[in-house]
Amino acid sequence: MPMMKRLPYLSLALTSASALAYEILLMKLFSVIQWHHFAYMIISLALLGYGASGTFLALAREWLLKYFPYTYVGNIILFGLTSMLCFIAAQQIPFNPLEILWEMKQLFWLLGLYLLLSLPFFFAANAVGLAFIYYKADISKLYAADLFGAGLGSFGLLGLLYLFFPASILQFIALTALLGALISFKELCLKPKTGLILLLAVSVLTVLFLGRENTLKINEYKDLSQTLRISGTKIVEERSSPLGILTVVQSPDVPFRYVPGLSMASVMEPPDQLAVFTNGDGMRVITKFPQKMEQLGYLDYQTSALAYHLGNLQNVLILGAGGGSEILQALYHKAEVIDAVEIDPQMVDLFRTKYARFAGNIYDKENVTVHTEEARGFIASSAQKYDLIQMSMVDSFGASSAGLQSLNENYLYTVEAFQLYLRHLKPGGYLSVTRWLKLPPRDTLKLFATALTALERNGVEDPKKHLVLIRGWQTSTLIVKNGIFGSTEIEQLEHFCDDRFFDTVYYDGLLKSKVNQYNILEKPYFYQGALSLLENREQFFSDYKFDIRPASDDRPYFYHLFKWKTLGEIFALRGGGGLHLLEWGYLVLIASLLQAVIASIVLILLPLVRYRKAKKHTMATSKKRVLLYFFVLGLGFLFLEIYFIQRFILFLSHPLYTVAVVLTSFLIFAGLGSSYSKRLAALKGYRKSARYGIVGIVIFGLFYILTLDHIFGFLLTQEAPVKIAASVVLIAPLAFAMGMPFPMGLSELGRHSESLIPWAWGVNGCASVISAVAATLVAIHFGFTFVMFIALFFYLVAYFTFPLQMKG
Amino acid sequence: MRQKTVLLLLLLSILLFGESMESSYEKARKEMVDVIQREVKSTRGYLGRERLGKNVIDAMEKVPRHAFVLPMNRKYAYENRPLPIGYGQTISQPYIVAIMTDLLDLDPSDRVLEIGTGSGYQAAVLAEVVKEVYTIEVIGELGVAASNRLEKLGYKNIKTRIGDGYYGWKEHAPYDAIIVTAAAGNIPPPLLQQLKPGGRMIIPVKSLFQVQHLILVSKDDKGAITTRQILPVRFVPLTGKH
Repeated sequence: MPMMKRLPYLSLALTSASALAYEILLMKLFSVIQWHHFAYMIISLALLGYGASGTFLALAREWLLKYFPYTYVGNIILFGLTSMLCFIAAQQIPFNPLEILWEMKQLFWLLGLYLLLSLPFFFAANAVGLAFIYYKADISKLYAADLFGAGLGSFGLLGLLYLFFPASILQFIALTALLGALISFKELCLKPKTGLILLLAVSVLTVLFLGRENTLKINEYKDLSQTLRISGTKIVEERSSPLGILTVVQSPDVPFRYVPGLSMASVMEPPDQLAVFTNGDGMRVITKFPQKMEQLGYLDYQTSALAYHLGNLQNVLILGAGGGSEILQALYHKAEVIDAVEIDPQMVDLFRTKYARFAGNIYDKENVTVHTEEARGFIASSAQKYDLIQMSMVDSFGASSAGLQSLNENYLYTVEAFQLYLRHLKPGGYLSVTRWLKLPPRDTLKLFATALTALERNGVEDPKKHLVLIRGWQTSTLIVKNGIFGSTEIEQLEHFCDDRFFDTVYYDGLLKSKVNQYNILEKPYFYQGALSLLENREQFFSDYKFDIRPASDDRPYFYHLFKWKTLGEIFALRGGGGLHLLEWGYLVLIASLLQAVIASIVLILLPLVRYRKAKKHTMATSKKRVLLYFFVLGLGFLFLEIYFIQRFILFLSHPLYTVAVVLTSFLIFAGLGSSYSKRLAALKGYRKSARYGIVGIVIFGLFYILTLDHIFGFLLTQEAPVKIAASVVLIAPLAFAMGMPFPMGLSELGRHSESLIPWAWGVNGCASVISAVAATLVAIHFGFTFVMFIALFFYLVAYFTFPLQMKG
Repeated sequence: MRQKTVLLLLLLSILLFGESMESSYEKARKEMVDVIQREVKSTRGYLGRERLGKNVIDAMEKVPRHAFVLPMNRKYAYENRPLPIGYGQTISQPYIVAIMTDLLDLDPSDRVLEIGTGSGYQAAVLAEVVKEVYTIEVIGELGVAASNRLEKLGYKNIKTRIGDGYYGWKEHAPYDAIIVTAAAGNIPPPLLQQLKPGGRMIIPVKSLFQVQHLILVSKDDKGAITTRQILPVRFVPLTGKH
């Protein structure tokens, strides 16, 4: 086999860039087509294409190397072509996750999706893996190119998502990969072979032709699809940003009249409304500003209006301005100064441009200031204090909306967040939180427990006197006061509830005879729950069939309500319509992990059959060591990455910037580390170089566990560019060290066990898939700090399992 | 002559086959009603009643649910599960249909309004129990299909309409009972006004395929309103205390 002098840096980097961008884009696209957690499962499993590639390379290594570099180029072309074709084919699969527990057929469709979508990753991984095997002496440099490319891909995709709709980016990614293939001809001084040229030409034409019209087939049960069935509805505006696709819908024939939880005592019909959907779901409305303020009177008939009846509120902060209903509610109640925070600039822009007149210019009224920021970040860096902080049906965009995790982390509903809100209340001020009502009570009680814990941690003397809770037929509102509720306030609360058929759930001194009067439950579960949380909290947490322990910044899973002990009971109740009691997100995560583990075992074991016949000189190390070393590296790398993304979200205060900054810094600096490791190895050998890297990782890791909070505290009030620069500086040394162990291990294999390189590559690929899911599960149960400790443990295991040559 | 014999045999076998299909549907329907009754028995404390009324059981045994689902789903028609009916809509679990009908405490002379016709199955069940059913569907195609289906099945006491259900159907008001099966951000006030004193209104709170809970609104003789929130399954949120 003649060694070529030039290495295919650029084509490899472009392939990696396209593959990573493709992965994130698929997550986005499937979040629009289906629902987020199913999107996450589908794409996670499709990534096993990387593991399958290792198996394939191990089995067909000799043949593939014989025809190198044509096999390398061919795989890049096939990646480009299938990235487009497989997505189009996947859209034809009528998979409906909602029927999965009823119908076996859905499982076959799901399998079909996995297989189809894993194909592009399989080809991309083949190309990268082949290059590693062929240029085994230069793995460090190629791995560096691979990581640089991936960094470029993640950053580049974010930029593209600002400019284009996700569906149209698919073509761009496919063409980038094909450009990589074209460049590889030049890089490797290839003689053009007719077959290959033809394949490339056909691929380019196919991508150009098919990419022109690529409309998304959205699941017909999503809110948007359902709304568009109504006669006369039409989409009047569509905007796209990395936060998601906003769709504005008009319905002149059947007005929306969307007022969550509106009291049955209200006879008013809301003014005209436009519906706004995010990724085809989560309807919000923009309400036409009426000629007379009285026409907004219905807003006083929601549970969220309670605070306005308890005191004279002059300045109000609204977290999650969204469609502006809470701003209208505050204006109706004559709040003097209104600050509102909205994360999505597209939403703000809709209010300021196209629908400014329709919405009565409320975002630019004299006494209204809208801040386009993430809510928690805004309040953390603000010195202002308020009479009312209002959160109504706010669900934050977590890192999940950036396409990373299945269960949404949420930093708005943690104990620390509540402590922060309470510190921003004036004496006597209120924090009011409204949520959808679930039966039996779940998040409402979790919220109550969160507020209680936050009050205690803030050193409040008698927390139970600072809380009131009410519920309507569809929503509940919790109010936490910076002070003790007085008898006048309680009287006003009772009037408010009586006039609107709302039920009082809790205030200090509430009589049992006064609960459960209007919206009658079989037992007063909300009242009993609130009392138990005050009197017997720990016992109640463990006895309750849902997980209602408060979320913390270390375990920011407010939506995680699932308990294993309840699963059997709920499943048995499906005949009676009990399946809605299941909290899907967690189960989907578990299902993803199980499938990934089973598939990985098969993929990892398969090549071993072949290795029995392998020649000794190509395999002179313990397979167990190889397995362990590359498996723990795969796990450790992603665990660390995920830990850092979570830690930096609160510091950089915007999930998208965080993912972009952290991911790109990690990949680029790990690339530099990989590149440097080759030079270090020339002096110290592969094993020592890997160990230097691992020691570096452990030292920096421990250092950050101890100091990151202090560093963040010190820099919190700085401007964004300073914070971003600081983040890069903080990540750089750790990432640099993380770039070393993997290429050093592969290079060592190249020295004495080259036939194991593809296997190691596959093992690492499988581990990466498992680790993304496992890290979330570990964080849910033990917190992110624990994720970090486990990651360091994985690296320590790698320290002792470096795949050295066996003696004798 | 030979041809005629073959044709006759063919016709006979179609008839027999059709007959046996019908009788197997009937059997499946009976089994479905048994399943529903078992579910009701185990949930009685939550529903506030021991068993379904005879009128509801009879109705459930009579209405051919298989005629309301998509042809490809006929084999599942009598399973106690929701099924897709196209246009992003579903036909509810028969158990839910049964208890909603039962919770309305209907009399044969009653007049009922339904918002959200869907497949028309709920309307057909109601029509077996009461005198008149008025039903409104907002999705045009679905409304037309349901209307044709109900007509074909011979339901003369069901009047269908396509349009906005918010204002109810004033011409035939007041109603003894109302079912609002459409998902909504609020309960339309005009519907409450069209409910007779002493009448009942039921609202399934839905999320996608599943009904989460039911809201039963009662209007007393003086027009005062109370609501009950009913979890249709036997589920106590606390362990060790029941």
